[in-house]
Amino acid sequence: MTTPTTFRDVALPTADEEIWRYSRIGELDLAKYAAGRVGTTIEASGAAAAVVASGSFADCGKAMPIAVDAFAEISAIQSTGDSADITVVRVPRGAAVAEPIVITRTVAAAGILATPRLVIDAGENSEVTVIERFVGADSLDSLVLPVVEMIAAQAARITYLAINELGDRTWKISHQQSLGERDSTTRIYTVALGGDYARVRTEARLVGTGASTQQVALYFADNNQMHDFRTLQTHVAPRTSSDMLFKGAVAGTSKSVYTGLIRIEKDAHGSQAYQTNRNLTLSEGAWAESVPNLEIETNDVKCSHASTVGPIDDEQRFYLESRGIRPEIAERLVVLGFFNEVIERLPNLPVVAGLRDKVAAKLGAAL
Amino acid sequence: MSTLTISNLQAGIPGKQILNGIDLTLKSGEVHAIMGPNGAGKSTMSGVIMGKPGYDVISGSVTIDGEELLGKPAWERALAGLHLVMQYPTEVPGVHIDEVMREAFATRGRDTKELDALIAKEAGRINFSTDLVARSLNVDLSGGEKKRNETLQLSLLKPKFAILDELDSGLDIDALRDCARRVEAATTEDNLGVLVITHYARLLEELKPDFVHILAAGKIVKSGGPELADELEKSGYAAFQ
Repeated sequence: MTTPTTFRDVALPTADEEIWRYSRIGELDLAKYAAGRVGTTIEASGAAAAVVASGSFADCGKAMPIAVDAFAEISAIQSTGDSADITVVRVPRGAAVAEPIVITRTVAAAGILATPRLVIDAGENSEVTVIERFVGADSLDSLVLPVVEMIAAQAARITYLAINELGDRTWKISHQQSLGERDSTTRIYTVALGGDYARVRTEARLVGTGASTQQVALYFADNNQMHDFRTLQTHVAPRTSSDMLFKGAVAGTSKSVYTGLIRIEKDAHGSQAYQTNRNLTLSEGAWAESVPNLEIETNDVKCSHASTVGPIDDEQRFYLESRGIRPEIAERLVVLGFFNEVIERLPNLPVVAGLRDKVAAKLGAAL
Repeated sequence: MSTLTISNLQAGIPGKQILNGIDLTLKSGEVHAIMGPNGAGKSTMSGVIMGKPGYDVISGSVTIDGEELLGKPAWERALAGLHLVMQYPTEVPGVHIDEVMREAFATRGRDTKELDALIAKEAGRINFSTDLVARSLNVDLSGGEKKRNETLQLSLLKPKFAILDELDSGLDIDALRDCARRVEAATTEDNLGVLVITHYARLLEELKPDFVHILAAGKIVKSGGPELADELEKSGYAAFQ
């Protein structure tokens, strides 16, 4: 077997593989796309601006193996040539960057394959918040394959929020990977509203004693959309903790898939890991699947996982309707309330403040 | 002056009839107590009248001033002037009372400008902390707090008729007194008509009924004045089962 040199030579997975089961991978035809780029704008002021730079492929692969799957492999191929699009946020030891860095990726054309990469490298005891927004107009059939790698050195604190507001024909298959050293904290948030098929693979690896991570997501699909999440909470070191909360709703004929794995390796004693995935199905034609898993190789750990898929609770709907509230408004209140638990955990930033309204607007159209 | 009329109400759950023909007329400002043993059909009665899903109406009618409520969705019954204080108020995570009241006022075409002030005033009347108002509906509230919350909503929405389904269950003495007195006050201030469903006479010491009806096996088997509650307290339900 030869190493592919262009993205078209990469063998795509099929839905026969367990990790792509339920996905829409069979619909993907790479021949439709030509190498291209998303537009990138970076909003960062003062100290924040000083830590952002463009990078090279040498900056990549530190938190995540280069070729974790076919799409990571495509990203790697594209990141070595003219299509390379690599942004590095490198925070020096001890520096706390007060202002968030907001990176906006804009899909402006149809028929492109774009591979924006972001590396967040937080030095010892540093702190940084990065928001990466993906936006684009409807009807642009393009494929975006973002990769974000986060390296949190000892006691570093990284907050990363990805917001998907892509247009209704755009595909996004992304990787979020973090590596947490001793006593570090990584918070990985995702708000997924847009796109056609949108997959996020998130892996938080806790390699230093006492490291902790949170993975939190809100997703809402309507029409024919599909949101597909795969999470890994990998505990390598002792006394590490991970907390995962993913909540989603599907309307119309949309779909969502959540598959998650908590993996506690043999040296990770004294660790705790929590995994919760809740899904609301808002119409007869909508479909959600939730598959949580645990793999524990040591004793002395605290783990729990919970997952639910179901329609809006009749009792909740009746309670609100009995107050004289119309059914569609009652449903909107229940769904927004369901998402509130996630919204309240997102960082308190202006870009987040508008998200609840965006969810409400999308809900207004879907119900 | 409004009238709630229940005529020959027969209803149940799929495969089982529970209410076997209930007749009752309730006028504005009146307090009627429905007392009965467990399994008499008390909660079915309140659910059927309010339009809770899961019940089948077999026959009969429920009207407010001649307007038929059966067959209407719950929210339209509420707009017609009916309100249900639930025995086990449902938890609705992430949804706050003020949001719900704002929407409920909006459907009624009521001004919401003064809503926050109104909530503060009404919460104060029943010693319900406004900190709790900001919480998710009924989530992490004690039994007493849930019933104060129910009473708060009743006082804000000002229906013509309220059904109190076991308001006293799970209530401490202080909460029982605060809630019962507020409802009692509404019968004079707002001319509220009340159907109070209870197992015990304790509630009726604070919320004085004009009429007491004994419900057994899905029928009203005896009606009388407040003295009937005292009689029940002494002799129990055995004579009526």
